[in-house]
Amino acid sequence: MLTANRLRDGEVVWWKSGAWVTSLAAGQVFLDPKDAEAALEAAGAFVRNNVVVTPYLFDVRVTNGAVQPVKEREIIRAAGPSVRTDTGKQAGLARSEADV
Amino acid sequence: MYRYDEFDATMVRERVEQFRYQVQRRLDGKLNEDEFKPLRLKNGLYLQLHSYMLRIAVPYGTLAVRQMRMLAHIARKYDRGYGHFTTRQNMQFHWPKLVDVPDILSELASVEMHCIQTSGNCVRNITADHFAGAAADEIEDPRVLCEIMRQWSSFHPEFNYLPRKFKIAVTGSPNDRAAIKFHDIGIEAATNESGEVGYRVYVGGGMGRTPYVGLLIGKWVSKEDILAYLEAVLRVYNEFGRRDNLWKARIKILVNALGADEMRRQVETEFGEIRASGSLTLPREEIARIEKYFAPPAFEDLSDASEEYEAELTRNERFADWSKTNVTRHKQPGYAIATISLKELGMTPGDISHEQMDGLAQIMDDFGYAEIRVSHEQNMVLPHVRKKDLPALFARLDALRLGTPNAGLITDIICCPGLDYCDLANARSIPISQAIQDRFADLKRQRDLGEIKIKMSGCINACGHHHAGHIGILGVDKKGVELYQIQLGGSGAEDASIGDVLGPALGPAEIVDAVENIVETYVGLRQNGERLLDTVRRTGVQPFKERVYAAH
Amino acid sequence: MPLIKGGRFVEDAFVTVGDGDPLAPGAKPIVSFERFRKERNALLERNSPFGVRLKPSDDPALLHDDIERISVVAIEFPTFRDGRGFSRARVLRSRLGFKGEIRAVGHFLYDQLAFMVRTGFDAFEVPQTFREEDFQRALKEMSYFYQPSVDGKKTIRELRATR
Repeated sequence: MLTANRLRDGEVVWWKSGAWVTSLAAGQVFLDPKDAEAALEAAGAFVRNNVVVTPYLFDVRVTNGAVQPVKEREIIRAAGPSVRTDTGKQAGLARSEADV
Repeated sequence: MYRYDEFDATMVRERVEQFRYQVQRRLDGKLNEDEFKPLRLKNGLYLQLHSYMLRIAVPYGTLAVRQMRMLAHIARKYDRGYGHFTTRQNMQFHWPKLVDVPDILSELASVEMHCIQTSGNCVRNITADHFAGAAADEIEDPRVLCEIMRQWSSFHPEFNYLPRKFKIAVTGSPNDRAAIKFHDIGIEAATNESGEVGYRVYVGGGMGRTPYVGLLIGKWVSKEDILAYLEAVLRVYNEFGRRDNLWKARIKILVNALGADEMRRQVETEFGEIRASGSLTLPREEIARIEKYFAPPAFEDLSDASEEYEAELTRNERFADWSKTNVTRHKQPGYAIATISLKELGMTPGDISHEQMDGLAQIMDDFGYAEIRVSHEQNMVLPHVRKKDLPALFARLDALRLGTPNAGLITDIICCPGLDYCDLANARSIPISQAIQDRFADLKRQRDLGEIKIKMSGCINACGHHHAGHIGILGVDKKGVELYQIQLGGSGAEDASIGDVLGPALGPAEIVDAVENIVETYVGLRQNGERLLDTVRRTGVQPFKERVYAAH
Repeated sequence: MPLIKGGRFVEDAFVTVGDGDPLAPGAKPIVSFERFRKERNALLERNSPFGVRLKPSDDPALLHDDIERISVVAIEFPTFRDGRGFSRARVLRSRLGFKGEIRAVGHFLYDQLAFMVRTGFDAFEVPQTFREEDFQRALKEMSYFYQPSVDGKKTIRELRATR
């Protein structure tokens, strides 16, 4: 999958079909590395247009339709701090564009 | 404490507008991220795992009532209701938006606060002994020099693009509570043969991937000359510090490459030139002017024994427990220093809620001569409390869940935010510290174990100061698994030492057992009231290593 | 490249020449530090203004003997992060007493201009997109400073004393 941070508010976002979503579950999974690379390149336009910063690709595992990042870091990034489950995306506190 | 005059206030206000313009240019695309990053870092703004993070300067760890209230307000209005105190006495907020930061800075400026140079390759927040102005063992209040240095280093035109960050700490006492020997420059107030107070200057201490204890470069520098001396160190560093390798760019690398004698020679050559020019001579009147801001409060004439305090100790066990660890002797009879633990069991070390901040602001007014300190051990300190007020103070702290009686005990763990928050981290740190706290929850057991300083970092950058822990824990990533490496025998005090690695890294399930094994080994070996640190130094790490790895 | 001096765009009277290039008669060259070390006499004998270009690792103290014969010292910023140029300029102005033009060349940001002026730079090679108003604005962002400055302006301490 492809992730980045929104410039204006730092919110973690994931790529989905040429746009950005605020939850990992709604994001696009690339089965073909070529598709992933193409998306990363397309994300460059959002960097140049000052929408997001530092997009990068990371690995996920899909089990019975459920998407789980391979690395702990990306799991935490998708949910929020493991020690404050009352905040972050896990608590439904993802910021929409309208909040910014 | 220091109060801004019109010049200080203008500088901070103008800095806010400068940053506002920088944000505007970033959003417009006139600055790209590569150009914007050093500019936002110089205003303490990081991009972290979940969000931006804003680091607010708390110069020499001192806060006034209105400043504490403002931090609570910012937590509520712009963040998620809480903040985090760091090992450099600063405050961090984990959830600000870039577009809000100019307004946050503006609100901070209204109470003489800022985020200037809290990150970036420049001189950072200068830290001091958290017992400054209160400790009986103090030669002088270190915050006077800290304020003078704060002004000398802020917006310094020559030293804002150093090879790397630069951290300075000051102790006014031979008992070093500021960990000066682990700073790029560590300064200790000391008298010369004539009894004149001046400064010993240590250079090249540091944590991180290559920890070093600072070397004594300036054997004794007079007050008049101290700024010229510091400028000389900075200039030598600016010119010769490495810029080719991020991991070798701190001054500690330069000092150890040159050796103390050559480093001293280069610094003193430069110092000679600067001194001769007279441009940085620190006049007596200026020192006296700044000293006035740090004059002690109008203490009452009290006897040292307090009936109310003694009586409460006898009848209130919770209060007695708290007093044992969290109350320290004050130089003024009838007064005490109160340490407020931010290490409630099961909570995030160093975190504080907006309610607690507001509660403390009121307490500062009611009991604390309107002042509070942040310690690099991520606790807070009320430096001047009448002994007779301690019972009432404790009741108020307890009600705010700020009365944990564990200052200096094994559950008083210094811990960085780690992988739960930080973009640089390899492993989570907070859950491990909570698990250790849980294992040692029994207060009687904690007290029996005595002073044990556990320090934990989630990565090699060592923001948790693990190299200086009696027990240091470093989180590492091995093939995607979070593991934890133990070091033993570190110390950040005047007897500074870097902990020795005990053995291979352990998993999260094993690490708590390992700490317990270390502690039990200590209990079995200790003599004559030794602390764990003393036992480790006496026996070496071997007995501890054997016990920890016996099962493997 | 456009040159800003005294807050305005000016014609650059000097020409930066490569180490192997001939020095045209009547031209005012800026040569590398290396070339100056090697061809010092030839340059001085021209009895005509010239400049020396320093990389961050070049020590201006080595220009000490000839400092009065040099018209321009150009100090390079290979990246805006390399802050050695600030120390170089400071030493040139205050210690070596250099009275000529100290020119900033290479990659630096608008946000560094005020620091550069205070450390002794008085000329700036800027990108084509740069405007004079940008320069004026940069210098106005901060009204005061704590540290002694080579541009002679009073420090905050001096201003406090004269209140």
